[in-house]
Amino acid sequence: MTSTAAKTSAPVTPDVARQLYTTMVLSAACDERLRQGISRGEFAATIWPSRGQEAIPAGFGAALRSDDRLVTTYRGLHDMIGKGVPLVEVIGEVLGRRVGASRGKGGTMHITCPEAGVMLCTGIVGAGVPVAVGLALAARQEGSDRVVAVCFGDGATNTGSFHEGMNLASTWQLPVIFICQNNLFAEMTPIGETMHIDQVADRALAYAMPGFRVDGNDPEAVYHAVSEAAERGRAGGGPTLLECVTFRFKGHYAGDPQRYMPAERLAAAEAADPIPRYRRKLLETGVLSEEVLTAIDEQSKGQVDEAMNAVLAAPPPEPDELDKDFFLDMKGIPT
Amino acid sequence: MTTAVETKTMTFVGAVNEALDEALAADPRVFLLGEDLADPAGGVSGATAGLSTKHGRDRVLDTPISEAAIAGAAIGAALEGRIPVAEIMIMDFITIAMDQIVNLAAKARFMSANRTPCPITVRTASFGGLGTGATHSQSLEAWFMHVPGIKVAIPSTPADAKGLLTAAIFDPDPCLVVETVALYGSRGEVPIGRYAVELGTADVKRQGSDVTVVAYGRAVVDALAAAEHLGTTEGIDVEVLDLRTLVPLDTDALRASVGKTGRAVVAHYAVEFAGPGAELAARIAADHFGSLKAPVRRVGARFRPIPAARGLEQAVYPSAERIAAAVRETMTFTR
Repeated sequence: MTSTAAKTSAPVTPDVARQLYTTMVLSAACDERLRQGISRGEFAATIWPSRGQEAIPAGFGAALRSDDRLVTTYRGLHDMIGKGVPLVEVIGEVLGRRVGASRGKGGTMHITCPEAGVMLCTGIVGAGVPVAVGLALAARQEGSDRVVAVCFGDGATNTGSFHEGMNLASTWQLPVIFICQNNLFAEMTPIGETMHIDQVADRALAYAMPGFRVDGNDPEAVYHAVSEAAERGRAGGGPTLLECVTFRFKGHYAGDPQRYMPAERLAAAEAADPIPRYRRKLLETGVLSEEVLTAIDEQSKGQVDEAMNAVLAAPPPEPDELDKDFFLDMKGIPT
Repeated sequence: MTTAVETKTMTFVGAVNEALDEALAADPRVFLLGEDLADPAGGVSGATAGLSTKHGRDRVLDTPISEAAIAGAAIGAALEGRIPVAEIMIMDFITIAMDQIVNLAAKARFMSANRTPCPITVRTASFGGLGTGATHSQSLEAWFMHVPGIKVAIPSTPADAKGLLTAAIFDPDPCLVVETVALYGSRGEVPIGRYAVELGTADVKRQGSDVTVVAYGRAVVDALAAAEHLGTTEGIDVEVLDLRTLVPLDTDALRASVGKTGRAVVAHYAVEFAGPGAELAARIAADHFGSLKAPVRRVGARFRPIPAARGLEQAVYPSAERIAAAVRETMTFTR
């Protein structure tokens, strides 16, 4: 059932190409700006950088409908942007300001934005997988044909939650797209030391589920794979596992010295950076011009700067936030 | 909250079944999921007997033996506005679902600043007293009291079993309802029709003037037996305060009762050391320091894994005799 590429279904129109490229550039610009601010001491925050993995949310962001759901993880700021969460909400939550997605009560690892379909972001590896199954169950109960995408890393596929969730989604044939962002490292340990299989996509076989290995650095490949999986899910064809192979340029957390990372391996990955790679492809194939691409580059940076300035100007959370959004009825609740 | 007046005699497990039946009938968003729930099994102890036949297998879902996925799927559905009632067959098995309940459900409203509340209900049952040994007998409610964000209800009578479960299912926040299999066959008067007990309201199960026994769940039954014995043979007038919920905690009822009697014994089947009684005893001591006639006594399970052999098991658990002994100690205490 596994193969190296999914069937091509949705065509990549110039509009789609523009969206793919824009998401990648915008995500990278946001990630860069946050890391810059952290390293310079401009603000105190923690992020788990997604630099290098932008092609994946670019692909699923263009393939999914706005009412399709997303569950992601602490390394998910690029996923948030791909699914359409406003930049101010993302950056505001990372910096713990009143304009953040949850006014500073969630933090980088716990951003939700149901208006954009982002229903959960987890700081516990693998935990989002069973929840995605429940989101898809609700879609079926409501008679909706929306689908649920759940992102996680290669490390998550070694958890019990992942296998319990995969089995349940398969048993109930629910429209879940399991998107493994395989960046080849589980925190600080290379994948070869944590699993004895050649590809994560093979784990689909155990659940009689279609499983595909995709070039996670090629936004069009991800776009095609997710489009096809979504089509199958909407038509009642059940779940799909997509292993999107990618690389993580900045380590596990912002500031990670990456002592575990061979220098030549990182250099090779950075030389194959998916953003300039896709930019060259768009230029060479004549899909987008240098002028258009430069405009996207500049606009994206401008959007990030504008959002960052709005966040930096925003106040911290009100002190009474501790008593809001806890239990709806606080009677008898300890202080 | 009490709306029904007419009652009928029912067993505890029958009352649980009726609460589930009426919730399924009252709201199409309600559904049950768990292991062996559907007919012909109808639940390992019969709590869901007949419900899949009456309401359909799409409302009463049999799951694999996957506690993390049961809780996770309930959470995902609740995030979408469905009303899931998940069953974790035996309370010891909730260890497998702890991440989902503790890290996701309990924190969902707060971390998202009210954007993605998660009002799941988890039903589970303590199997203590059946000789099933250390992994099928525990009372782990203190763990959940310790996690800000989830309500904990533990009924002691058939009427409360129905009323607390109904309230939990339609509560806007996550709830854990702990049933006691040893009480499943006990009988009592249960209001007919929709019946909810407001969470956070304790109930004086027996009026008395000398000593308050603060209890919940199975320990209430023991406390009532101890009170009967002490009243008729030793002239000690015991009040039995059934907390019914540990979160929210009815501190008003607690203060009123101990304020009246000036003596308190706290009893539960959870392990005494660092158990719920520690919190209750500390509160009573703080609230009534000047007026207590004796130190607050605690009666809980001994600090041992629950043994299987009957005699050993009985030696670990509380009993009417142990509660009566503690009551006598508070009566004979002299400074």
